[in-house]
Amino acid sequence: MALLQATYRDAGEITVLDLSGRITLGEGSALLRSTIRELLEEKRFKILVNLGDINYIDSSGIGELVSAFTTVKNRGGELKLLHLTKKVHDLLQITKLYTVFEVHSDEVAALNSFDIAKA
Amino acid sequence: MADPKQLDVTLETQVESVNLAEEMCLRVAEAAGFDEDDCYRIGMSVREGVINAFHYGNQERPDKKIYLAVELTPDKMVIHVLDEGKGFKLEDVPNPLAEENLLSTSGRGIFLMRSFMDEFDVVSGRTGGAEIIMSKKLPGPGSHSPNGDGGQSAAPHQA
Repeated sequence: MALLQATYRDAGEITVLDLSGRITLGEGSALLRSTIRELLEEKRFKILVNLGDINYIDSSGIGELVSAFTTVKNRGGELKLLHLTKKVHDLLQITKLYTVFEVHSDEVAALNSFDIAKA
Repeated sequence: MADPKQLDVTLETQVESVNLAEEMCLRVAEAAGFDEDDCYRIGMSVREGVINAFHYGNQERPDKKIYLAVELTPDKMVIHVLDEGKGFKLEDVPNPLAEENLLSTSGRGIFLMRSFMDEFDVVSGRTGGAEIIMSKKLPGPGSHSPNGDGGQSAAPHQA
């Protein structure tokens, strides 16, 4: 079972967080939490989370994504999702979270959707 | 009619037990002939059941155990997850799809198990803790799993 790996890169004012592996109870959820905390400490408040290589999320991982979304939003930032695999898409749909997150399938369009004028 | 086959495992209350339980049940499910999608649903449900026992039932206390039983009857795979907590009633579990719970960071495990399995119930177990009992109909010629659509048809229990 592939553990979660997280790397991030700059795209102008936006940070693209590339995740791969599994976001599950334990190390996966903890790594996502610490990475989001690290980004916020670096004043990166516009975050695009690329889930294209995430093949598995459990309820703990879903909870961590929701937590990341609300934490970033409460700091005045934006967190959006990119490239959902079918399994992740279906999970977000049945849990009704697809209506909560802004989800994109094209990275350029996703980057252009951020409100750059807002600090 | 063939005798049912059963696997009984006692798990420690630790995070590693979640992966272990999922892997064991996946092997049984694959051997029983479930396809990839159903194996995913069964694996996820076992995972959520053991997370529930680990976190909510046993309160992450290492002195408590989690009992996993997998039974293959002639027509279905039945999974039991028993903890040593205080037990709970399904009607007390908040609906994670309710508007006020959508941004909750927890509470979706029961919903996922109900969505992914054909039968799901929680009873008071022999330990006094909660015993989750869930099953999936075995694949067969012309068979169709009622919850084979990703759970769209399964509504969470309403209080």
